[in-house]
Amino acid sequence: MSTFSASRYTTEYQAIAATLPGQALVWLKELRADALEKFSAHGFPSPREEEWRYTNVSVIEKKLFATVSRETPLPKLQVVDAEWLKSFQLEDTWSVVLIDGHFSAEFSDLDGLPETVSVMGMADALTKQPELLETYLGRAVNNTEHGFIAFNTAWFTDGLFVHVPAKQVLEKPIQVLHIVTQSDVMAITRNVIIIDDMAEARIIESFAGVGDNNYLTAAVTEVFVGRNADHSLYKMQSESEKAYHFGGIYIKQAQDARFTHHNFAFGGLLARSDIHVDLDQASECELNGLYLGVNRQHIDNHTRIYHLKPHASSREIYKGVLGDRARGVFQGRVIVAEDAQKTDSQMNNRNLLLSNEAEADTKPQLEIYADDVKCGHGVTVGQLDEKSIFYLQSRCIDEETARNMLTFAFANEMVDKIKIKSLHDKVLEQVLVRFPQEGVEKSWL
Amino acid sequence: MLTIKNLHVNVGDKPILKGINLQINPGEIHAIMGPNGSGKSTLAHILSGKSGYTVTAGSVAYNNKDLIDMAPEIRAREGVFLAFQYPVEIPGVSNIYLLKAALNAIRKHQGLSEVDAMDFLTLVKGKVRLLEMDEKFLYRAVNEGFSGGEKKRNEILQMAILEPRLCILDETDSGLDIDALKIVSEGVNSLRSPDRSFVMVTHYQRLLDYIKPDFVHVLANGQIVKSGGPELALELEEKGYSWLESDQVAA
Ligand SMILES: Nc1ncnc2c1ncn2[C@@H]1O[C@H](COP(=O)(O)OP(=O)(O)OP(=O)(O)O)[C@@H](O)[C@H]1O
Ligand SMILES: [Mg+2]
Repeated sequence: MSTFSASRYTTEYQAIAATLPGQALVWLKELRADALEKFSAHGFPSPREEEWRYTNVSVIEKKLFATVSRETPLPKLQVVDAEWLKSFQLEDTWSVVLIDGHFSAEFSDLDGLPETVSVMGMADALTKQPELLETYLGRAVNNTEHGFIAFNTAWFTDGLFVHVPAKQVLEKPIQVLHIVTQSDVMAITRNVIIIDDMAEARIIESFAGVGDNNYLTAAVTEVFVGRNADHSLYKMQSESEKAYHFGGIYIKQAQDARFTHHNFAFGGLLARSDIHVDLDQASECELNGLYLGVNRQHIDNHTRIYHLKPHASSREIYKGVLGDRARGVFQGRVIVAEDAQKTDSQMNNRNLLLSNEAEADTKPQLEIYADDVKCGHGVTVGQLDEKSIFYLQSRCIDEETARNMLTFAFANEMVDKIKIKSLHDKVLEQVLVRFPQEGVEKSWL
Repeated sequence: MLTIKNLHVNVGDKPILKGINLQINPGEIHAIMGPNGSGKSTLAHILSGKSGYTVTAGSVAYNNKDLIDMAPEIRAREGVFLAFQYPVEIPGVSNIYLLKAALNAIRKHQGLSEVDAMDFLTLVKGKVRLLEMDEKFLYRAVNEGFSGGEKKRNEILQMAILEPRLCILDETDSGLDIDALKIVSEGVNSLRSPDRSFVMVTHYQRLLDYIKPDFVHVLANGQIVKSGGPELALELEEKGYSWLESDQVAA
């Protein structure tokens, strides 16, 4: 049955294939053809696949979302409310805005970007930087990974391209804002971020939708962090409450590279993130995650840290807060190759359930093939600690406020790790609107 | 201020307090001593409203109000303060946030407006100095990663800021080094006033050298088996508890 629906997408594909960017590039045509073939054969991932066992995306197959083509003038596109957009845009950043899967020159702002640095839409980049893209696109993740990757490769309409040359330090963060303005459409973007040796950059991927539109976002981001380079990548996912979201981030870290990822998964009816990192010698990675689920949200985070070479370290903390009938999924794999001696790895997942009907599925997996390593992991699923509630009550705080304070505090630990002030404040706002805030005094935080 | 009459308390089916009688008047300091497991913390918890206990008989009146029926936060707002034997760590909530929330809850209860931000800082910083703490503690999460002694000192800091009427100190001295004991004791002494009372649970005479009690009570096996003046503590230091317990058995 999944093959049937997938083939509906495949049939539609013929109509849009010619409008997709990069037509002149033979390598890309081949890559897309291969992807289409794989997607036609297997469709979207199924819960029969181990890495998708908690998340059923068959509804996406059934819906048949439509691509928004660049050529079609979009009535809605013009009426993107600048004020609304601003509520997601961060001050003091270079900003790239993608609307319904297409780069918008009108809303993007790259003033003052150093000339040596390239930041542009993917469609532009395929014209201006084809060699670089031939080298990198599809190298951090390939079409065989799972159905969404193949789907994304075949269908992507645009995306973000960033290249920071060696030794360049970007003093301002870059924000890429993926927004979807309509129902029944899909925004399929491919993003490539290249941070060369010894360069430093901070990038924020934000996802948002208008109102309670029902749409699909499928973004694949490939990240290459060069030798001794330093990259922080943030993901702020606040899709509309009826949206489907797939966002995969695949990172290759060269020797001595440092990479930090912060994943804030707040929106969508069904949202899945992949964060997969390959670590070369003595590189360091840190994965932080916070997922909040209310109503009937289903939020799935899948992380994979692959220690390929010796002396690398990884630190991972994912926290989930789940209320109502929400379901949170955490699958964290750490693989230590035979060669990766002296690996130092810690993985932690903590879930707070606010209602009896909320659910958390957590599955840490350590696969260790080297013998001289330090690896640890821990998971918890629980409710608020009664001792802490009483302690706060004994300090004059009523029980409801105490519960709200403790819930907020649990989540806030992850928010406090954000080092960009404007982003910190935005994320904090988003946390506060999603949970009971009675008694939590924002102005004191 | 506090009148406890024939108080019986169970945990599940197990009787822990078996008929406590205690009268505490404004301005008095009462020390409660007694062997491990005799029910001292249980008494402190019952006064502050911790759940999990059943009062099977007796009454507790605080300023002529029935304390047992009051929610813990109402007791706290009415001026009952427990400095915990084992203070709880609250990751993600800063000390200063909690202090402000607590102080404002009290003020609201008293029909006052929120504390002015500058006045609050002045007040808090003054108390931090009184207890010779580092101001950085204010911005750290409540008790998180604090050493045993730092946690105890933090409890007294909260007490100094909230200015309760009935201060219950459950083994505040254990875990404090000699200098800290002195500083904390001075902090407590500075809070002494004719309308503020203290109940201090302790195992050691040392604390009572610094904070001189008006009365000393011995709690053993859920009952107050002996009461006296400060000299009783000295006697206990010398002889231990066994003579009292056998007394009790004989009686
Ligand atoms: N929740 C509980 N379940 C079972 N027994 C309990 C519970 N709480 C307290 N007790 C028991 O009640 C008795 C009194 O405990 P409490 O903590 O009041 O003693 P204490 O006098 O404060 O001792 P210490 O000097 O060691 O602090 C002990 O025997 C203890 O094991
Ligand atoms: Mg005790």
